[in-house]
Amino acid sequence: MRRAIRLPLACGVVFLAGAGLAGLLVGPVDLGVGEIARSALAHVPFLHVHSPLSGADAAILWQLRAPRVVLGLLVGGMLALAGASYQGVFRNPLADPYLLGIAAGAGLGATLAIVYGSGVVESYDLVPLAAFAGGAVGVVAAYLLGRSASGGRSTAALILAGVTVTSFLTAAQTFVQQQHSQSLQEVYAWILGHLDTAGWHDVALVAPYIAVSAGVILLHRRVLDVLSLGDEEAASLGVNVRRTRFVVVVFATVGTAAAVAISGLIGFVGIIVPHAVRLVLGPSYRLILPLSLLCGAGFLVFADVIARTVLSPAELPIGVVTAFFGAPFFAIVLRTSRSFA
Amino acid sequence: MKGLVFGLFAVLLLAPAASAAPAPPHRIVSLSPTATEDLFAIGAGAQVVAVDDQSDYPANAPRTKLSGYTPNVEAIAAYKPDLVVVSANPSGLVAALAKLHIRTLLAPPATSLAGAYAQLEQLGRATGHEAGAHKVVQRLRQRVAQIVASVPAGAKGLSFYEELSPDYYSATSKTFTGQVLTLLGLKDIADAADKSGSGYPKLSAEYIVAADPDLIVLADTKCCGQTAAKVKARPGWSSISALSNDGVVAVSDDVASRWGPRIVGFIRAVAERAKAVAAK
Repeated sequence: MRRAIRLPLACGVVFLAGAGLAGLLVGPVDLGVGEIARSALAHVPFLHVHSPLSGADAAILWQLRAPRVVLGLLVGGMLALAGASYQGVFRNPLADPYLLGIAAGAGLGATLAIVYGSGVVESYDLVPLAAFAGGAVGVVAAYLLGRSASGGRSTAALILAGVTVTSFLTAAQTFVQQQHSQSLQEVYAWILGHLDTAGWHDVALVAPYIAVSAGVILLHRRVLDVLSLGDEEAASLGVNVRRTRFVVVVFATVGTAAAVAISGLIGFVGIIVPHAVRLVLGPSYRLILPLSLLCGAGFLVFADVIARTVLSPAELPIGVVTAFFGAPFFAIVLRTSRSFA
Repeated sequence: MKGLVFGLFAVLLLAPAASAAPAPPHRIVSLSPTATEDLFAIGAGAQVVAVDDQSDYPANAPRTKLSGYTPNVEAIAAYKPDLVVVSANPSGLVAALAKLHIRTLLAPPATSLAGAYAQLEQLGRATGHEAGAHKVVQRLRQRVAQIVASVPAGAKGLSFYEELSPDYYSATSKTFTGQVLTLLGLKDIADAADKSGSGYPKLSAEYIVAADPDLIVLADTKCCGQTAAKVKARPGWSSISALSNDGVVAVSDDVASRWGPRIVGFIRAVAERAKAVAAK
């Protein structure tokens, strides 16, 4: 059993490392592989390697490109992991991290902050905070609504509550945006998702939330396997179904909210990566969870490389890339796996 | 029978001819902020009964809740206009107003100063202020020529980055706002990035830092609260010449994005900054 896990994990790590390297090496400005390597070694103490990069090039590499790559790893990994765990606890293949109203809530929070917050506080930090709070409000509302409808026994009620809350919050967000069309561009830019304006500050802001959330979710990987047998079977095997579902949903939500707060609504990663992993490696969450984390991280960084090079020196919004390249990729995985079945 | 057909023909032929030279409108609704500025500049302000929610200049324009983006035909008709000026035709607005026999004038975004001048003259003809419009255009031409002449050779060839939003959307020299700055002899760094030809590419931060512009024109001060200090604080941007040489010009988003008479102030602000940078 151990060995069956080790090979896919190693592949995942290689994929992740490849994505990270590509992310650092490829960009609109050609810095040269050797120069980048020496510049990296210059940061290691006691080696006395002198960085060959000029001030501007060093800034491009370490202040613009590197934080973007790291943020892409964190956000992509978190979204895919959250998507996989939602699919696990709800036993619903269409579940994604935005299922319970988090995206609509975060969108409303960010829009309110952009429209009413400018000038009041430094909007740079207000928007992520408002998006995080909005996302949390959306999920809590969906959870309370779903529980009041079914007493917490039905996952279908919870999912429908999420759909309801999403529609309502989206309507509110559209209304606010409509009333303040001068902010349209900024709101729209946020909703399309972005890694391009990220700095180390943003990385430091989300890393703790994502690390804790990912850690807790990964600890539940075996329980999710038991849960996949059905609520009653899992309960008879000694799993506290409601508590497990609650804990996993809370941490997946916190991690997703943190990712969304900084990078906006990046679609598709949370649903296609876990499914691709499941189609290739089978239904065990002991594999799906860690591999979703690794592959989601790698996938988003590769998507970001495309976003900043395909029209270089112009950029594409990352949300466009994840859907445009993600969908055909997923279609291929779907077809090949069917021929194996 | 023949007479009737002829009569009908005559009416059909005469109808457009008659509407080609109507009496000057006295109840104008403007759904375009630029047209509003134009109308007041050429002396047609007294004929304007309502302007859209974005028309915030001049201050005495009769601003209403009408929207030029999502227009409500009934709400527009309630002002009983005899001319509606629009810059675009969203959801068949022009056709809907035609059903109510309300004349519309489509004044789309200009792509050059010449186009902006032509639009002023067109509005002058349509409102009975030909002379007023002509005077405005002449004054604008004169001022732009003066500004262009005042730019020393040393400032020509300076590069600029015009920022339309904090996620680095910019405008090439094919757009109105970019084109007026190239009149000063400045080079637009967005030109190299516009492969799709949209005129408004989204630049990557890496490219902006590498292009090292001498001037940064911030046209996202109002929408997005950007300032020279905030740009300076962006991680990785400090090596850009414009930031070390005090080459940042903060302008109003509205003035930079409209093609009305205030564009002269925009050109002047950038010219002054270019001169100061060149003098260093």
